[in-house]
Amino acid sequence: MEEWNPLRWMTRGTMSTTTTTNLKAHEVPIPGLDVLKGWLLDMLRIREFEVRAMQAYQNKLAGGFLHVYNGQEAVAVGCIAAMRHTDPVITAYRDHGHALARGLDPKIGFAELFGRIDGCAKGKGGSMHFFDRDNHMFGGHGIVGAQCPLGTGLAFATKYTDEVINGGKSESVTACFLGDGALNQGSVHEAMNLAAIYDLPIIFCVENNRYAMGTAIDRCTASGDQITNRAMAFDMEARTIRGMDVIEVYREMTEIVEWVRGESRPFFLDIDTYRFKGHSMSDPRKYRTHEEEVEFEANDPIDKLSRYLTSSKLMTEEDIKAMSKSVRSEIREAVAWAKQSPVPDVSELHHDVYADSWGPFTGTSLPRYMLKEQTGEGGDGDGA
Amino acid sequence: MAMAREIEFREALREAMSEEMRSDPRVFLLGEEVAEYHGAYKVSKGMLEEFGPRRVIDTPISESGFAGMGIGATMLGLRPIVEFMSWSFSLVAADQIMNNAPKILYMSGGQFGCPIVFRGNDGAGGQLGSTHSWCVESLYANVPGLKMIIPSDPHDAKGLLKSAIRDENPVFCLESERLLSIKGDVPEEEYVIPIGEAVIRRSGTDCTLVGFGRTVYFCEQAAEELAKEGIECEILDMRSIRPLDLDAIITSVRKTNYCVVVDQSWSFASIGSEVAAEVHKACFDDLDNHVHRVHSDDVPAPYSHDLEQEMLPHARKICEAVRSATYNA
Repeated sequence: MEEWNPLRWMTRGTMSTTTTTNLKAHEVPIPGLDVLKGWLLDMLRIREFEVRAMQAYQNKLAGGFLHVYNGQEAVAVGCIAAMRHTDPVITAYRDHGHALARGLDPKIGFAELFGRIDGCAKGKGGSMHFFDRDNHMFGGHGIVGAQCPLGTGLAFATKYTDEVINGGKSESVTACFLGDGALNQGSVHEAMNLAAIYDLPIIFCVENNRYAMGTAIDRCTASGDQITNRAMAFDMEARTIRGMDVIEVYREMTEIVEWVRGESRPFFLDIDTYRFKGHSMSDPRKYRTHEEEVEFEANDPIDKLSRYLTSSKLMTEEDIKAMSKSVRSEIREAVAWAKQSPVPDVSELHHDVYADSWGPFTGTSLPRYMLKEQTGEGGDGDGA
Repeated sequence: MAMAREIEFREALREAMSEEMRSDPRVFLLGEEVAEYHGAYKVSKGMLEEFGPRRVIDTPISESGFAGMGIGATMLGLRPIVEFMSWSFSLVAADQIMNNAPKILYMSGGQFGCPIVFRGNDGAGGQLGSTHSWCVESLYANVPGLKMIIPSDPHDAKGLLKSAIRDENPVFCLESERLLSIKGDVPEEEYVIPIGEAVIRRSGTDCTLVGFGRTVYFCEQAAEELAKEGIECEILDMRSIRPLDLDAIITSVRKTNYCVVVDQSWSFASIGSEVAAEVHKACFDDLDNHVHRVHSDDVPAPYSHDLEQEMLPHARKICEAVRSATYNA
């Protein structure tokens, strides 16, 4: 077997484009300090959320399966920063980062993890099913690849609404996140084909963390070293980008989003990243070496942005420490708040099964946090 | 009063879809061959001309992909009608139609409902062999979160499908290729039939026959035969499987004291066994015999004509079941 090269992503070059476009990522201006600070805050918040989520899992506060996002923060934060808030986002089960980047309050996320009534899905969805309608976050889906036909439907719906119902021009772009492991699911290929034949404005954002659960990409994916080949089969624009630098992700994504919005065509984005933790909490990580993990941890996206901010004299190390401290305290309070939230009453069992009431079913209603937001609290979160 | 007119089952389905698409721009039809081919079974004939290719959409042969695309579109407020050329092919889309459509409301804690209709041919066509002859009702009705209708005539097909398109939940509409060409009276004026209400097709005092979709016709043939022997059957056309109009069955069984369920799906863990269990529970003191069940034989659907016909829950089997149930009457 070929020896694993942990730095392969460095040698693959900054970009590979299967077809020529006029996209110019390097011309996208780097945002100002406030925005960069917001990204750092978002990434720190996601990291701390996951650290506390793992702790809660060990303490049996959270059950089921837990898949954490450590190491991939620059992907969700950079991609989502490049989109409009109303552009739909959908992902698979490693979904906490996307939901938080979209503006979900961490305390609502913890309440969901703890199976409490104040969770985004009233404790009925759990870690793998973070939905947040007001922030245009469409889940959180548990079956590998199954979110891709749904994401295609979101893109179909925005285009249909804009063009067929309202008689205007397609305005929205859907980001459909998937892992490299999903590339071998038939539903993903079907979704890509549909997106291509219907000219849907969707970006298939492949978070290529090199492992389908515990199976390395070169062991399970044909031409796994160049997955953009798959887009060629669907006559789809494609590009490989580095996913550990939030600024780079943002600049690339900005151009791609603009292109997709203008052309109303799908795009396949291969984002090179790394999952610092295992697939889930029960993963002994025997399929990869400690050396490899250390190599990648040296490319921590949070450190990378921190170094950029300090070397550009935009923030001092003290500023960043203070920000980390405040995030730790925010997340600690969020955990405490979620712990206080009641478990759902047993009457919830038969609620939200059907939209209407019949037999034992009692109709449906929005989760509590959304009702509160409608009265004026909450907002867009503090993304870009 | 409007003129009564006779139209085919497939025309009734088409009218339901077209009327709802005229009144609601969020409704659209997608599926294999629904547009330029005019529907593999001509159900959507002419709809492309009226609504254009943006609303009557040909899909590739990708059931999982286009079923999921329809479900995703509901999350942004659209109301798709997804045609499966045959429900047999829906098995390819099982993850989307069983995991996503019926559960998204629950998994999202009430944030996203899924107002979608899946419709297509269910059950044996004519010598299509095992892979193309699925009765999916027992498989899919097991899943909470979805509704299921199974109309037996053009009038009900139109009224039920209109209700399904307006429903806020995923509705599975099971049609039969064998019924698409039958004609029946359908009023010109607007009407809907509520999901979950059975109708009495034939009144009788001696035994209740519970039928679904095509099996209602088998029940009618059997009832004619049994009437000659002096056994008067009451036939309930259930029209919906979920919700199931159990009250209608109970009312009838309290009158007849005997019950035979006729279900085209296989017997093991089926609609028929569900009805039997519920009737035994609700009518324990009213029944003079246990509920008898008639199903398709517990074998894969055969190709050969005579074998296929024998497999079905046909009139002879129903007559035998009724005689067996009512022998002590």
